Amino acid sequence: MAELADAAHAAAEHGAELTVQEYITHHLSFFTFGRIDGHWAFAHTPEEAAEMGFWAINVDTMGWSVFLGAAFLLFFRRVAVNASVDNPSGVQNFVEAVVEFVDARVSEAFNYKNELIGPLCLLLFFWILLMNTMDLVPVDLLTTFGFEPMLHTVFHIENSPFKVVPTTDPNITMGMSTMVFLMIIYYSIKNKGLGGFLGELAFHPFGKWMMPFNLIIEVPTLFAKPISLGLRLFGNLYAGELLFLLIASMLGLWQLPAHFVWAAFHLLVIPLQAFVFMMLTIVYLNAAHEVPHH
Amino acid sequence: MNINATFLGQMIAMAVFLWFCSKYVWPPFMAIMDERKKKIADGLEAAARAEKDLELAQAKSTEQLKEAKEEAAGIIDQANKRAAQIVDEAKQQAKVEGQRIIDGAQAEIEQEVNRAREALRARVSEIAVAGAEKILEGSIDQAANEEMLNKLASEL
Repeated sequence: MAELADAAHAAAEHGAELTVQEYITHHLSFFTFGRIDGHWAFAHTPEEAAEMGFWAINVDTMGWSVFLGAAFLLFFRRVAVNASVDNPSGVQNFVEAVVEFVDARVSEAFNYKNELIGPLCLLLFFWILLMNTMDLVPVDLLTTFGFEPMLHTVFHIENSPFKVVPTTDPNITMGMSTMVFLMIIYYSIKNKGLGGFLGELAFHPFGKWMMPFNLIIEVPTLFAKPISLGLRLFGNLYAGELLFLLIASMLGLWQLPAHFVWAAFHLLVIPLQAFVFMMLTIVYLNAAHEVPHH
Repeated sequence: MNINATFLGQMIAMAVFLWFCSKYVWPPFMAIMDERKKKIADGLEAAARAEKDLELAQAKSTEQLKEAKEEAAGIIDQANKRAAQIVDEAKQQAKVEGQRIIDGAQAEIEQEVNRAREALRARVSEIAVAGAEKILEGSIDQAANEEMLNKLASEL
């Protein structure tokens, strides 16, 4: 969140002087592992990361994503194992409040019986909430003071980025929305049959004589679901992160109040985006269960 | 900021997490919350039932108290009656007994009088014979006059 003005300069003092643009580019790239020049290695620059192509992995965002998801699930599991019906502890009350909140949203917006929707929504909501919350970690804390020096010693990589907010990586957000999309396709075909599903795309708004036109409308609508779902989350968090970086790189000492104000505003965005992702997932999957009346 | 295998990694991670969440996290919380709901409903129902039972018991106890009072009053009444009866009986018996004692005493008195009269009679005949002896001074045969004297005595 609010870090010292020196942080930017500290980063800048590595190697040559970093311009504002270089500082921001550095913070917006990933710690990528992949195949380059015939051998497996960590990318030293964003250009090298791009050169690696598809078969490379962003170790920073992937690692944080898996760590946060596993940590919260194991924590919830531990609370569930120690849970008591008559005498719930404080943590249990908290976890139950989260579960009950998600369950209430599901029963409001989802009208069919599906045992997977509740856990799916709990996972998405709390996982995304945690990943978004990482945005409140000061932008230079890990790269400059934590991981970066460690990476220098372990991997001999100069000036490597290390992202903390998984949801500012489109791979992460699109990965989740694509899973939701696969579930939409699966449940649509399961509930409506393959014919029913394709029929909805081909004959829907204007009847069978307008089939090409229907397809032009319905197919992009279908694919817009995962893309908008993933890009909305990515865009919001990316913008938030970018603004933190701009504040950190350009305002000098004035960044302290500015960070505070932006973080306070961002406190609203963090849960809201997690909530929106969950709600849209419920709505899309509900539509996938709807069998049209004839 | 290009799409790479992190995309696949996130999908795999999400699938694994979804499996774990739907198997080990979500069901226990649902079970606990359902059980608590059921317990609260049962508790409220039991409380309502207990209230009704209490009302019923109170009504019953009032009725029983009333019955007991009535019974007690009856018993006291009966006891009073019986006491009066016993006193009456005792009075009657005392009267009869008194009469019997009086009667016995009277009979005894009468008997005593008779006995005294008999003794007197015997004594009078003796005195009369003695007097006659004195008067006649042996000239009269005692044996010849004894019959006459007894006759005289019996006529007394």
